[in-house]
Amino acid sequence: MLRFLIPLLFLASFATAQESVVAGMSQNRISISANFDGSEILIFGAIKRETPIPDYAPLEIIIAVSGPDEPTTVRRKERIFGIWVNKDTVEFEASPSFYAVASTNPLNEILSVADDARFSIRIGSRIPLTVEEDNQLNLPEFRDSIIRIRENQGLYSERESIVTLNDETLFDTTIQLPSNLVEGDYKTRIFLTRNRQVIDDFETTIMVRKVGLERWIFNLAHERPLIYGLLSLTIAIMAGWLASAVFRLLKIS
Amino acid sequence: MQIYLPIAEVSVNAFLLLGLGGMVGILSGMFGVGGGFLMTPLLFFIGIPPAVAVATEANIIVASSFSGVLAHLKRKTVDLKMGLVLLSGGLFGAAFGVQIFKILKEMGQVELLVMLSYVVFLGAVGGLMFVESMRALRRSKQPNAKRPLRKHHNWIHGLPFKMRFRTSGLYISAIPPLIVGAAVGVLAAIMGVGGGFIMVPAMIYLLGMPTKVVIGTSLFQIIFVTAFTTLMHATTNYTVDMALAVLLLTGGVIGAQIGTRIGLKLKAEQLRIYLSILVLAVCGKLALDLLLTPSELFTIGAGE
Repeated sequence: MLRFLIPLLFLASFATAQESVVAGMSQNRISISANFDGSEILIFGAIKRETPIPDYAPLEIIIAVSGPDEPTTVRRKERIFGIWVNKDTVEFEASPSFYAVASTNPLNEILSVADDARFSIRIGSRIPLTVEEDNQLNLPEFRDSIIRIRENQGLYSERESIVTLNDETLFDTTIQLPSNLVEGDYKTRIFLTRNRQVIDDFETTIMVRKVGLERWIFNLAHERPLIYGLLSLTIAIMAGWLASAVFRLLKIS
Repeated sequence: MQIYLPIAEVSVNAFLLLGLGGMVGILSGMFGVGGGFLMTPLLFFIGIPPAVAVATEANIIVASSFSGVLAHLKRKTVDLKMGLVLLSGGLFGAAFGVQIFKILKEMGQVELLVMLSYVVFLGAVGGLMFVESMRALRRSKQPNAKRPLRKHHNWIHGLPFKMRFRTSGLYISAIPPLIVGAAVGVLAAIMGVGGGFIMVPAMIYLLGMPTKVVIGTSLFQIIFVTAFTTLMHATTNYTVDMALAVLLLTGGVIGAQIGTRIGLKLKAEQLRIYLSILVLAVCGKLALDLLLTPSELFTIGAGE
């Protein structure tokens, strides 16, 4: 039985992986130092194939960069007795802190709904509708609000037609990383599609890390919170005293 | 010059923070309020996460209050004895307030409660002070007008445990200052501020302390209450941002020194009118936020 299966599997993989993607990035490590003010990352690559370029449909590329997932609470305000109050609350189990999709053409033309759902590519399908407790609320409405708010903050984006593809072989694009970036591993996925079907995908990681003073402060705050707190107070008292002393000197002279 | 804040995880303009710190510091020095009720909403506005803003603010208040209190100590306008009595009530109240805060947070309505307490207390305190100081100012302009007799003996004077507060020129029971301290401590913990804007009027109107002493004494006890709050936040929530604090307090301590000097040049009644206008303005802004239809009905909070 196994003797028949193994060659079959090989054949199957050949059929789908006639074209595969090889990619690189200008940097796979982003250092957040004190003067970090956003960053730009160049993603480039090529299509590897052993056979001539298929001509049944154009090749399209979708690149998705995703920040670390975190549980997200969304609250909706309602007017009660004339004042606006948080009423309904939905706790999504996970949403990415950052999400950018770049593609060669408008996404609904190059990606089928089924494959979008299967690979969770577009922003909407990237945030699963799984919640801590189901309280019979309109979940897509709450999910859309996360997307809307984060799009306004520059954290989420779907930018169509910004990936350039030459001769169906070489591609490149730049992804903007905003200044309010959160530390973590940023999963970068590249999808090849033909006829709205995903035919290959590639995955790599951009590591976003605080460095130097930022790193030191962050670690101290989390590992030695009491010392950190006392140090913060000492700085505050010293600054208060210093200002007072300096002003006294200025007054005398 | 942009700077990335390690705990808040956002990048902001360093000069903007210095400027904000300086402005709030001037007001803090002038009026003897920590400035938390101004700074905290401003920090929300420039995009600092609320938890970080509230915790870091406590740390900044320590600096500006310390700077301010040194100036007052030199002028002997701090009633240390009264400060210590208020403080012992204050620490007790703050610890209690933190517990209330935790319960409300679990109920998911902490934001509303904080906003409502701001509106109610800022409105009441600001209104009361405004009316009273206007009356006082009118009186000082008409020297012939009959000065209404101040009640020197009310129920407060019937209480036991009398103490002499020499600097304030008072001989009253220790119970009212203890209660005032504790009540302000509770509110301060819930509202995430030093509580000076409640403490100052409470000292003037409830305890009958002279205005000149009130500011220094208020600053004195605020230092300790906010230092306590800073430590609580640093050890339980890890939300004190040292880089943010350093920038704001650099501006803040300089501002506080300038403010203290401006404050000494102004008349007590004038000082109170300006403070009450400031308090009412913040109150009005917060009330509008609660009443007007927000442009975005949804808010994203950190997951629990």
